[in-house]
Amino acid sequence: MTDRGQTLSLLKKTLGLSADADQTEIFFWANDSHLTRFANNYIHQNVSEKNASLSIRVILGKKIGSASTNLLDPKSIQNTVAKAIQIARNQRDNPHFESLPSAEGKYASVNTFDAETASVTPDQRAKIARKVIEVAKKGHLTASGALSTGVVQVGVVNSLGIQVCQSFSRGALRIVFQASDGASGYAESFSTKVRQIDPEEMAHQAAEKCAQGAHPVDLPPGQYTVVLEPYAVGNMLEFLAYLGFGALAMQEGRSFMCGKLGQKITGQSITIWDDGGSPQGMPLPFDFEGIPKQPITLLENGIAQAVVYDSYTAGREEGKVSTGHALPAPNTFGPVPLNLFMKNGNSGLREMIESTERGIYVTRFHYTNPLEPIKAVITGMTRDGTFLIENGQIKKGVRNLRFTQSILEALSNVSLISQDTRLVSGLDDELGGTVVPALKIEKFNFTGATAAV
Amino acid sequence: MRDLTDLALNLAKLKGASYADVRIVNQKQESLEVKNGSPEQIKYSESLGFGVRVIINGAWGFASSSRLEKEEIERVTQLAIRIARASATAKIADVVLSPLQPVQANYKTPFVQDPFDVSIVQKLDLLLKAEALLRKEQQVKVARGSMTTWKEEKSFASTEGSFIQQQILHCGAGVMATAVRDGDVQVRSYPNSFRGNFASSGYEFIESLQLAQNAERVASEAVQLLSADHCPSEVTTVIIDGSQLALQVHESCGHPIELDRVFGTEASYAGTSFLTTDKLGNFKYGSPIVNIVADAITEGGLGTFGFDDEGVPAQSVQIVKDGIFVGYLTSRETAARLGITSGGAMRADGWNRIPLIRMINVSLEPGDWRFEDMIADTDEGLYLETNKSWSIDEKRLNFQFGTEIAWEIKGGKQGKMLKSPTYTSITPQFWGSCDAIANRNYWKMWGTPNCGKGEPMQVMHTGHGASPARFRNIQVGVMK
Ligand SMILES: [Zn+2]
Repeated sequence: MTDRGQTLSLLKKTLGLSADADQTEIFFWANDSHLTRFANNYIHQNVSEKNASLSIRVILGKKIGSASTNLLDPKSIQNTVAKAIQIARNQRDNPHFESLPSAEGKYASVNTFDAETASVTPDQRAKIARKVIEVAKKGHLTASGALSTGVVQVGVVNSLGIQVCQSFSRGALRIVFQASDGASGYAESFSTKVRQIDPEEMAHQAAEKCAQGAHPVDLPPGQYTVVLEPYAVGNMLEFLAYLGFGALAMQEGRSFMCGKLGQKITGQSITIWDDGGSPQGMPLPFDFEGIPKQPITLLENGIAQAVVYDSYTAGREEGKVSTGHALPAPNTFGPVPLNLFMKNGNSGLREMIESTERGIYVTRFHYTNPLEPIKAVITGMTRDGTFLIENGQIKKGVRNLRFTQSILEALSNVSLISQDTRLVSGLDDELGGTVVPALKIEKFNFTGATAAV
Repeated sequence: MRDLTDLALNLAKLKGASYADVRIVNQKQESLEVKNGSPEQIKYSESLGFGVRVIINGAWGFASSSRLEKEEIERVTQLAIRIARASATAKIADVVLSPLQPVQANYKTPFVQDPFDVSIVQKLDLLLKAEALLRKEQQVKVARGSMTTWKEEKSFASTEGSFIQQQILHCGAGVMATAVRDGDVQVRSYPNSFRGNFASSGYEFIESLQLAQNAERVASEAVQLLSADHCPSEVTTVIIDGSQLALQVHESCGHPIELDRVFGTEASYAGTSFLTTDKLGNFKYGSPIVNIVADAITEGGLGTFGFDDEGVPAQSVQIVKDGIFVGYLTSRETAARLGITSGGAMRADGWNRIPLIRMINVSLEPGDWRFEDMIADTDEGLYLETNKSWSIDEKRLNFQFGTEIAWEIKGGKQGKMLKSPTYTSITPQFWGSCDAIANRNYWKMWGTPNCGKGEPMQVMHTGHGASPARFRNIQVGVMK
């Protein structure tokens, strides 16, 4: 990875090539990424990638053109700038476009880089994989999963004075253990510092779930009390962000937040915010237009408060400014929060289970998809650790169930929230993350079950 | 090109690789999006790079880079070797590849006009004209049109002596109307949801879609859906249109026949498969009229090519024959475990990814019904059209699909429109209940450009031919 100074000088040099344009933005993304994957207790895929690309957005009046390349020799860069200008010339006016953002305010100074994590060797990754596999073998289980390490560098400059560049390291381990009786268990952990991942501890968690879920039984669909681990709660928040926490979804009338600002849309115990500067999550202090990320409260005590903006959606509404939540331009998706937090409570997983007469314990969801976006209805399956709770105890494993449920309705039926929170993956696999507690929810809708064939 | 691939292959052999291949890939993409009369984006991107895959000590290593230079090829090849040696410290058995005859070949997907040669002005005109027609309906709040073209030029070389150059051109377009009233949002798309239909073809395919000729109809349907009744919750007969059935084949047949999933190597992410090897040749996947084929040969499919990314020639493989499960999508490594040769389904989504077993064109063969006769022959049921949502479990058994629209069928006639239809079933029960499939006149190839698999994630373009078909005793309307 080149250093910050070199990257910024390349970006500024590129900016100089588009003197013909009214405004120009250069976005840079480079990654040096490594991933060791294992299954059936051996390493079966082991890969590495080094890439760097420039995306150029040029403005001619209200016409916008974009072109990107990973060919970074001077001639190719010049061709790409020319291509973006040529596209803009042939484009039509976008009446909603106001301006690229200008440099205002400072972004949080937060450490996002760990040299050790950026330079983990293939042998070190294999060693971690072997540790996980050893635990599986001892328990007569089958391990699969992936360990990724590496670094991403993001830079943005524009002709209005924006100039940011930062490197983000990330180590991530995901484990699924399977038992021969059909039980399975999951553990996931990631951090700026790979050192903070404890593969053996995670392997024991996954193995423990296989033991708890031994000889899974069928349970009829219906309404159940559920205890959701943070992995499942994080998945629900991911869908809230995807379906409705962005300004474009609001402006297009497809967000569940439409017409609801200031109104109660979930239970009172629910508070959700985005904070790209918090070291508790995976910090991302500026967005992909180079704007500092503002902490934004989206839901407070169940009341819808705000959505997030990029410069384009802010330009379409009187008195709005970008909150620093742009995705790389151009995109049709609009702004999204990538650093979500849910306020914790004062309970714990143990209390949640002990207070449940009959219910279902869910480790994680799988293949979740929206069914009715405007009501935040999603459907998906449970996976890797679904248990029956009876008389305050985990009794046995349950064959995976399908749920069909409005997230907002679920968050209106929360009876307990854990004190401990956990960092789980969010909308983007490489940057950001979601920090959530575990939840106990009443009347959760299961609409089907998988079958044995 | 050949001097660069030789450099990597010779170095790999020198360092003790028992097998190596190298792919140099250049991808270009252009996408145009219009919304409510304005251009939303026009974006052009290109990505060039190479990847080296080696087997050393019986284990795999792969490394890739965007800098196609001699020194970098040496660095990356050395890294791939180092990675393979690390893999070998956690192996159980040596990788064995099924035999393959080396070839020297050139292949191009056929087309008449390259969309990259058509002016932006002309392409924008086509989209804006169709999109404007969507807005003739006042309650259509968001009208969209989009068009995307991908061109891939790639070279493959292996230590076994193959050298293959291919050019693959994919393109497609679509329109979508979103009608909004009193907190209800209804969507209709043409020719398919999720940005339209796609093919390995040229601009002539985009023109043949006739977006403008269909825009007013779908806009009007989106608005009518606002006042339509909800799909009831019941067990009934469903007739499913070709585009939704294409996705049904993708999810409930295409994924579970990937032999790597069957062997458990995707367990940590996408999941496994119920179609275990003990079922090959004897398991009743569907009713006797169900026949499914995987091929990379049919002209126009998104799974059509000359050779897969292991250099295996394009083939046609029977997957379901008269309702019985008889075949898999395979790679050289997985085929060797079954004692067969590869069916040629290894595909990488770029220079920076290893090939994985991916769908090619996995298609439901046509039956012998006229669609009109199928409706007339149905006393009571639903006709469902255009996918809206999908979800399926990790073994690919329990699925639930939502479509944009449904119509009641009563006494052999298509009746009133219903909103938010869903249907759910278990894969072999579902296909086992299929009692009518429309004939070749109603059969069409659909392109799915967004199939995700693997870690790191790869997005693949797959093809699925299907005609409408009828299924008995299906649970519909899971939402009350
Ligand atoms: Zn897929």
